[in-house]
Amino acid sequence: MFDFLCKVKEHPHVTDDYMLIQLHAGKLAEQARPGQFVHIRIPGLEKTSLRRPFSIYNSEDGILSILYKAVGRGTEVMQSLQPDSELQVIGPLGNGFPLDGSGEPLLVAGGYGVAPLYFLATRLNRKGVLLVGGRTAEDILAIDKFKELGWRVVVATNDGSMGEKGFVTVPLLRELESCKAAGKEVEMFSCGPDAMLKAVGEMAIKSNSKAWLSLDKHMVCGVGACLACVQKLHKPDGSTWIGRVCSDGPIFEAGEIVW
Amino acid sequence: MSEVDLSVNLGGIKMNNPVTVASGTFGYGREYADLVDITQLGAVTVKGIRLEPWGGNDLPRHVEVPGGMVNAIGLQGPGVDGFVNEYMPFLLEKGVPVIVNIWGTSLEEYAEVAARLSDVEGICGLELNISCPNVKEGGNAFGTDPKTVAKLVASVRAATKLPLMPKLAPNVSDIKPFVRAAQESGADAISLINTIPAMVIDIESRTPVLSNKVGGLSGSAIHPVAVKLVWEAAQAATVPILAMGGIVAAEQAIEFMIAGATSVAVGTANFIDPSTSIAVINGIQDYLERHEMKSATELTGSIILNK
Repeated sequence: MFDFLCKVKEHPHVTDDYMLIQLHAGKLAEQARPGQFVHIRIPGLEKTSLRRPFSIYNSEDGILSILYKAVGRGTEVMQSLQPDSELQVIGPLGNGFPLDGSGEPLLVAGGYGVAPLYFLATRLNRKGVLLVGGRTAEDILAIDKFKELGWRVVVATNDGSMGEKGFVTVPLLRELESCKAAGKEVEMFSCGPDAMLKAVGEMAIKSNSKAWLSLDKHMVCGVGACLACVQKLHKPDGSTWIGRVCSDGPIFEAGEIVW
Repeated sequence: MSEVDLSVNLGGIKMNNPVTVASGTFGYGREYADLVDITQLGAVTVKGIRLEPWGGNDLPRHVEVPGGMVNAIGLQGPGVDGFVNEYMPFLLEKGVPVIVNIWGTSLEEYAEVAARLSDVEGICGLELNISCPNVKEGGNAFGTDPKTVAKLVASVRAATKLPLMPKLAPNVSDIKPFVRAAQESGADAISLINTIPAMVIDIESRTPVLSNKVGGLSGSAIHPVAVKLVWEAAQAATVPILAMGGIVAAEQAIEFMIAGATSVAVGTANFIDPSTSIAVINGIQDYLERHEMKSATELTGSIILNK
């Protein structure tokens, strides 16, 4: 974990709504693992504003990339950062996805939840399927990048403007059934809204598979000190405990989470 | 080498410099140890501990507001045994003085927590949380009546020889009776201020943002309120004061010391810039050198009222 002064390399729009910020992040980028996140002090917000957490979209040759959408005050200000501007970044934070599993990997993304799953796809020792859902075609990001890596991509949108119409859990169920029919084990990795994560988790438990879910909670410290971003979790012995999403997570196995 | 003496004695808590961190903003020290050299701090003040583990409030537990944040974490913690077994060994190995913030729901619980922590190596003082706005029982219930404060401090005093430092609530009409009650009952120091009771409402849903409905305001916004209370407390205090509330740089820490504080604690600023406490230590030293003062204690209560 470092508190690192990063310089912006490039900061292009990838669609009208989404931007990609690339940071010179040195050792922070080198140590980053898929599923981990960074905690950014956004220059231009007033000095007493809290940091904002972002999942890591990619890390390559000391360059750390974040794919994001302006959803609030912090990200709105962040959008205007120019190349060569500097920002204070704490990271890499959190536990990250396990990379040493087995079975057909099914990545399930909701909107910009695709970001950490792309980093995962670049580092996983096997290829599989990306299932990505969004409200409209505008919310479906980075699918060509997955295809370049050799992943199959299945898209679902609520309005049917891209891929099939409906929730991403519909094609997910289909994939699960076809893997089961072929006698293939699966391992799921998912990032997106809570309702989607919960549905993915339930499907995993029902099909006796593992699903690694990336939780998204508003955070304060990002390092496990303040206890603002907690989640109730099952212990193996059946009792429960209260974990910190930032430092005990953000990745939890579906069976651990008490929804 | 600087000849300035930064060391202070906070009611028996010997600190190499006047700067600690505010309880609840620094975990148990370990969480920030990769980012901050915690051995440089005058002391580490850990998050509130009661007898048994405690789960805290439901989410949302915090909301950002201009100049700070409102929190209602609700004192989640590992209990005495959890703290001593899981967290204390790391702090002991670091060799940094540890102040433990303690709370309970009865006088007996406060006293028992104090007794159980008394012989733990590395703990150099106890901060009595009698002013947390975020738990239904305990916390603030003990801090808004001087008679209750006196009773509580006396009962904890009987249970431990460790330096005792009640943390006072800011939401009282006059702070001085609380200071007197605490010191006359055996407190070795006074700590103030805790967060200021506050509330944020989502106007679209017309519901409180925090699950606890109300919480405590911290951050820059509360600093001038804290300075006034520290200044008033200092007029009644015969024991040293640990001041906190909205320190983001050395300037606010120095202001507290001029108002009468012996030591200061960095709180919410840790979340924004974890290196704040170290910058405050360096800034106090620079200030003392610039003003040709030989020790940090010279700054305490050096306010000039009639110029």
